[in-house]
Amino acid sequence: MAEIEIRKVGKTYGKTPVMQGVDLAIEKGEFVVILGPSGCGKSTLLRMIAGLEAITSGEIAIAGKVVNELEPRERGCAMVFQNYALYPHMTVGENIGYALKVAGVPRAERAERVAATARTVGLSDFLDRKPGQLSGGQRQRVAMARAIIRQPRVFLFDEPLSNLDAKLRVAMRSEIRKLHKQFGVTSIFVTHDQTEAMTLADKLIIMNAGVIEQVGRPVDVYNHPASRFVADFIGSPAMNLLEGEFDAEGHFVFGQGGRMQVAQLNGMRKPGLKVVVGVRPESVRRTHANTAGAIPATVDFVEELGANRLIHAEIHGSRIVALDTSIGDLPTGTPVHLALADNALHVFSMEDGKRIDTH
Amino acid sequence: MRRAYFKFSWVAAALLAPQLLIIFVFFYWPSAQALYWAFTLEQPWGGGNTWVGFDNFAKTLSDPYYWSSVQVSIVYALATTALAMVMAMTLAVFVDRQLAGYKAYRVALIWPYAIAAPAVGLAFRFVFNPNAGILSYLNVVMPGLWDPTQIAWQSVFTIVIAGAWKHVAYSFIFFLAALQSIPRSLIEAAAIDGARPLRRMFDLQLPLLTPTIFFLLVINITDSFTDSFGIVDTLTGGGPFRATDLMVYKIYSDGFRGFDYSGAAAQSIVLMLLVMALTFVQFRYVEKRVHYT
Amino acid sequence: MIERTPILNISTHVILAVGLLLILFPIWIAFVAATHDLTAVNTAPVELWPGDQLWANLTAAWELSDFGPKFINTLIVAVGVVIGKVTLACITAFSLVFFNYRGRMLVFWIIFITLMLPLEVRIVPTYAVAANALSPFQVILDVTGISWLVATLSGIQISLEWNLLNSYTGLILPLVATATGTFLYRQFFLTIPDELVEAAQMDGAGPLRFLWDTLIPLSKTNIAALATIMFVYAWNQYLWPLLVITDRANYGMVVVQLSDLVPDALTTGGGTPTWHYAMAGTLAVMLPPIIIVIFMQRWFVRGLINTDK
Repeated sequence: MAEIEIRKVGKTYGKTPVMQGVDLAIEKGEFVVILGPSGCGKSTLLRMIAGLEAITSGEIAIAGKVVNELEPRERGCAMVFQNYALYPHMTVGENIGYALKVAGVPRAERAERVAATARTVGLSDFLDRKPGQLSGGQRQRVAMARAIIRQPRVFLFDEPLSNLDAKLRVAMRSEIRKLHKQFGVTSIFVTHDQTEAMTLADKLIIMNAGVIEQVGRPVDVYNHPASRFVADFIGSPAMNLLEGEFDAEGHFVFGQGGRMQVAQLNGMRKPGLKVVVGVRPESVRRTHANTAGAIPATVDFVEELGANRLIHAEIHGSRIVALDTSIGDLPTGTPVHLALADNALHVFSMEDGKRIDTH
Repeated sequence: MRRAYFKFSWVAAALLAPQLLIIFVFFYWPSAQALYWAFTLEQPWGGGNTWVGFDNFAKTLSDPYYWSSVQVSIVYALATTALAMVMAMTLAVFVDRQLAGYKAYRVALIWPYAIAAPAVGLAFRFVFNPNAGILSYLNVVMPGLWDPTQIAWQSVFTIVIAGAWKHVAYSFIFFLAALQSIPRSLIEAAAIDGARPLRRMFDLQLPLLTPTIFFLLVINITDSFTDSFGIVDTLTGGGPFRATDLMVYKIYSDGFRGFDYSGAAAQSIVLMLLVMALTFVQFRYVEKRVHYT
Repeated sequence: MIERTPILNISTHVILAVGLLLILFPIWIAFVAATHDLTAVNTAPVELWPGDQLWANLTAAWELSDFGPKFINTLIVAVGVVIGKVTLACITAFSLVFFNYRGRMLVFWIIFITLMLPLEVRIVPTYAVAANALSPFQVILDVTGISWLVATLSGIQISLEWNLLNSYTGLILPLVATATGTFLYRQFFLTIPDELVEAAQMDGAGPLRFLWDTLIPLSKTNIAALATIMFVYAWNQYLWPLLVITDRANYGMVVVQLSDLVPDALTTGGGTPTWHYAMAGTLAVMLPPIIIVIFMQRWFVRGLINTDK
């Protein structure tokens, strides 16, 4: 039995439904990341697990017990907030130990546990400071210490790294990873940042508009996106998406007169079927004109990345981006030839965005 | 929108109860009582009250002394408010320029607020005293020229000055705070646009002050109907011959000196309605011209 | 300021100086009057410079008005009002802001309306209530027939009476009965971030715990502001104590005492007006609130702005 079971959970604000029929199972010890754009409902779901939002329909069970009616403190969850939510008038030590104080833990034991937890997150020297005197990263660690000390069943993270600068975010990411390795507590991490999601998750959940689009290992989600939305959302730079349809001869027709005959699409060439063909920039390479399957294109502009560059090109009126390692100037208008790597295409139905498998 | 609540429990109700209880006993009940008394007349030999409908009101409203009281009250309200606000605004605008020593000005202009109304009244009683006050030399030159204890308009003058004086500090505090909350970037933008300081005062600060002006207008006018008791009691005692018998003062003298509870109650109701109506009118009509940022 | 404006600067100083003079002048005159003797103070033209009688006049005025016990009384009432108001406003605002129940807006308006009608406008009936604070409940019991019921069933006549006249309670309670402080707190509580409440909930704190451990420590400045305003307000009370206290010797308040110092036919028995005593008394009475305001100036201003908005 999974540690957390979410069964047909829905949420309605007033008359507006924001989430319907969400099903999810999270195993004990898993680090789960819920990824999605703003407003997709990921925070709402997290807060419903925490008990900070009421569950309109369906039920959530933690360790086998249905928790719909339970108070937050009764659910065994600890939460790390986006804005840290530290008590501004209490010292770091008091902040960390507050939950224990509320639970009536005697002072000596409390002090011990606070000291131990502070050591874990590297805050031993800061116990007497107030939050206002700390940097963003330090405050975040206090927030985590506050959660750790409660030895909860579940850690909940609500976009905790959004307010940190880029370098700090990377450092904190590895800290979180380390802590998870050390304590192994079931964790649910909500974010809109792909990189965080990809690097932290055991299991990745993509959400959009109150619905779960895909669940799986990050690498699986990356390589087999289940829908156009996921394909577009995961991966930076974003996947190239070409809208078109199959013609009578089985060619893929797109843009203004673009035609592709690609072996990979053999199994599905129904004439008139409208599809979206996706291919990631790293699977589009610059090649010579006489290579088999080379597609002529015109350079629009080039983005230098240092190690390589992105060629933004135009083929038959459609935009395509290729990852390129060659050197040499490519001013606007230069004709180039692009090749698509084998088995690197993804096909999605134009109607409902769902993946159509090629074999 | 606030979304973090605690579950409602008896705690919430228990926390609310004391204030509600006190308000009920000392505000709503007396107000209801006033209504009751206003519409009844107490029996001369005890035994409860008899319903007399609008009789008390009719008696009050047909009393010429009552109307002169209303008149004086309105004059007092308008005059003190105008004087106090103009003075306060001027001072605030100039203190806001933050020239050397402005902090001292600020303190000096704030503390008069802490002075009790009767203290103000008593001090001004001396200041305006015909024999010993600052205008006493007028009487040396021409005896009887200045005597607020005999000449009605002079008496009104003194309470207006005293009232305005008392309210300058209060209005000053609000004007200054409002001026200081105007973002400096706005002023700098105006300066770059070519507006000189005086221009900025009229085009920028004044319009942005309109919410405060409006707010202070409401407060000052309603205050002048009620706060004036202390001043009148020590400065003029309502005299000479009721020339300064403000409405609130008349209620007191009729009710507690004249023991006319019904009459005083009727007057209280009228005063309450007047205050509420004034507030309402100001919200309705004056607020339209307010520029909120 | 931004540009150099010498003429405007000079005018500013002039205007401010004139304004300051106008404001301080009456107080100065009163102060000077308190430093001269009887004849000097009654001779025109008015004295402009201080004399040497300040201490003598102060002691005379003090004794005349028996200020000693009255200062203590006023202090007791002022402190009582401060404590009452601060506590009451805090818990009421807490209930209004951090709980969500039906009728909450109604309760809010019920409390808000009390701001519209200050005490002076309803003195007559409030006085009657003070005479018997339990009269509303008596009437309710009578009107609903409960007292009749109890009387017939058990023969006990319910007669509630609690006379608040000539008592500290009678002075303090009605002054606590408006919503001023509740607003100040409400505005402040609304600025507390949601996440702080949620963090406390996750930590297992219930509402009362949250109030005590988090809200109140964060409200320190507001408490100071409200306390300052309320102290000045209570100290300066005139009309209400005038009515409620007839036993001046034991319960009189200082400001009320001023009315006795007014030199008219009553006080001087037709003799020369004792302006020097009157002014000295006025000064003595004025002093405590002024001191409080000057020292707590920052909180005081802040409290005023937040209360009345």
